[in-house]
Amino acid sequence: MKRWASAHRGLLIGLVVILALALFPFSGVEGWIVNIGIFTLMYAALGSAWNLIGGYTGYVSLGSVAFFGLGAYGLALTFQHVGVGDGLLPFALVPVIGIAVAIISLPLGFVAFRTRGLPFIIVTISLVIILQYLALNLTAVTGGAPGLQVPQAPFQPGTYEQYFYWAMLTVFAVTLLACAYVRGSRLGLMMFAVREDEDKARGLGVATSVPKFAAFAGSAAFSAMAGAVWAYYLSTVYPQFAFDGEFLAMGIILVAYLGGIGTLWGPFIGALILTPAQQYFAYSLGGSQLYLIAYAAVFVVVMLFLPRGVVTTFADRALRRSRRRKQAVEELATAELEPPVEASSHAVAR
Amino acid sequence: MHLLIQAIILGVLTGGLYALMTSGLTLTFGTMRIINMAQGVFVVCGAYIAFTMFNYLHIDPFLSILVSTPLLFAVGVTLQTFLLKPIRHDAHRLSLLMTWAMAIGLEGILSLIFGTDFRGITTTYQNSSWTIAGYQFPVVRVLAFGLSVLILVGMYLLLARTKFGRAVRAVSQRESAAKLLGVNTDRTAALAFGIGAATAGAAGAMFGLVSSFDPASHYDLIGRLLAICVLGGLGSNAGAITGAVALALSESLVQAEFSPAWSSVPFYVLLVIVLVARPQGLFGVRTRGAI
Repeated sequence: MKRWASAHRGLLIGLVVILALALFPFSGVEGWIVNIGIFTLMYAALGSAWNLIGGYTGYVSLGSVAFFGLGAYGLALTFQHVGVGDGLLPFALVPVIGIAVAIISLPLGFVAFRTRGLPFIIVTISLVIILQYLALNLTAVTGGAPGLQVPQAPFQPGTYEQYFYWAMLTVFAVTLLACAYVRGSRLGLMMFAVREDEDKARGLGVATSVPKFAAFAGSAAFSAMAGAVWAYYLSTVYPQFAFDGEFLAMGIILVAYLGGIGTLWGPFIGALILTPAQQYFAYSLGGSQLYLIAYAAVFVVVMLFLPRGVVTTFADRALRRSRRRKQAVEELATAELEPPVEASSHAVAR
Repeated sequence: MHLLIQAIILGVLTGGLYALMTSGLTLTFGTMRIINMAQGVFVVCGAYIAFTMFNYLHIDPFLSILVSTPLLFAVGVTLQTFLLKPIRHDAHRLSLLMTWAMAIGLEGILSLIFGTDFRGITTTYQNSSWTIAGYQFPVVRVLAFGLSVLILVGMYLLLARTKFGRAVRAVSQRESAAKLLGVNTDRTAALAFGIGAATAGAAGAMFGLVSSFDPASHYDLIGRLLAICVLGGLGSNAGAITGAVALALSESLVQAEFSPAWSSVPFYVLLVIVLVARPQGLFGVRTRGAI
């Protein structure tokens, strides 16, 4: 048992954290706090999904929000044309939408992956702009600027938020699990190789298209699932918010940067810090000019003082401390003319 | 046919203005290898400066360029020094969010000062135009086009003929080598960013004349400017000009022949086609690790 626990330490920590998060609504908190929880988990899920492409593969994409919007519209359109019942039933649709958007993302990825580096960023920005534009102008399908209505879920007022909280938590947990699995797999190794040097990786025989498209489609699927839950929660979808290039697209990346790009828990920790702060700003300053300035200030502070992210910074510090301890032990050992003692090695964040 | 040629004339005239806005973006990309997401908001700042000077001091918007250009230059140099220089160790990854923070911060400041209503600059010559061979040449657009071309030529001369221009080109080729040969790379980067912002300031005054704007207009603008850059090839001046004319031309053609709602579609379709066929853009150069 003890050996199993040490081998699966990460899994245990994950289970404990997810379980604690799942129990959170039972602690008697009010609806508006659960509401903040939903948005925090949404950013955590979106940030983790972004991490797949931006953090592991190194392709900084602003396209997450495009797939988030596609997921949101996907749910609204299914409601309108198919009829999926109400209550908890629509949540069963969320994974289906995720898979559908992943399939849609493949041809888009084909165009985007023609480029690399900075042009890739710009192409993904263009993708968001094009989709926002289509959502605005294809009025017959998308309802234009006023958007689409989703029937409101028939949950009781006191517990209304809780169901969406758990749904968003599930999306986050699945995303996190996928990330954890990928990190330990051959696929993850291929992604990291692409991030470090794509040309060299290809030279060494890595089929670089596989990790790139896998990361792109996976990221799209999880973003779309978050978008679908979000659409059902707000019971309305419109272009300005579904394809929000201004706040959501950059917010997702900021969450990942703040936590630590390429780390497993980084986006979650980033979201935990940033989203409540953002909601607080939005609440106390209104959707006004001061909100914009405060939000910009947060960006600047993160970039200037924590450019490598919370997780990476602390993991490095822990690593350095363990190295120092190891060195001290070794010095002691050689002084006593005895073989060096192996100090415990710490896991590196990356 | 008449409508078509008229649309082409308008498209080319507007394209000149877009080319001026994009040239600043190209310059900062060339020297610092970063995308300046704040270029759009610099343009809007220029428009608001022209708006203020016209409404309160009754100074012609074209004359206000003499104020907006140095002002935006100062803003650019200041922002570069305090916000971009500290992150240059990892500018590749961090500058995207940093320049975006500048953009939304400035948007917030602008809406704090001017409110979020749409504004426009209404001059006496707003609606007058010259008629040549039956075609309309709106005075405002012709002047804006002429001035844009003039500034672009000035920029070209600055880059091709001066010591500063040589430093910029050296830094854009290889920063470490330029440093070894005695180029003050920090100063060059700051000046280049300032000049990029200054061109946006000049373009902004004219942008305010040809269309209405609010503080959030920068979001729409930066999307177009970046798409222009990628179409033409990031870092290429000829590409920026070609891309700008392609954008404005396709928009005005669709606007005239079909409907204004769909005006941006052909440009983005063109962008996709170009990327699939020639990922480095029309005038871009293929380099290892870049494309």
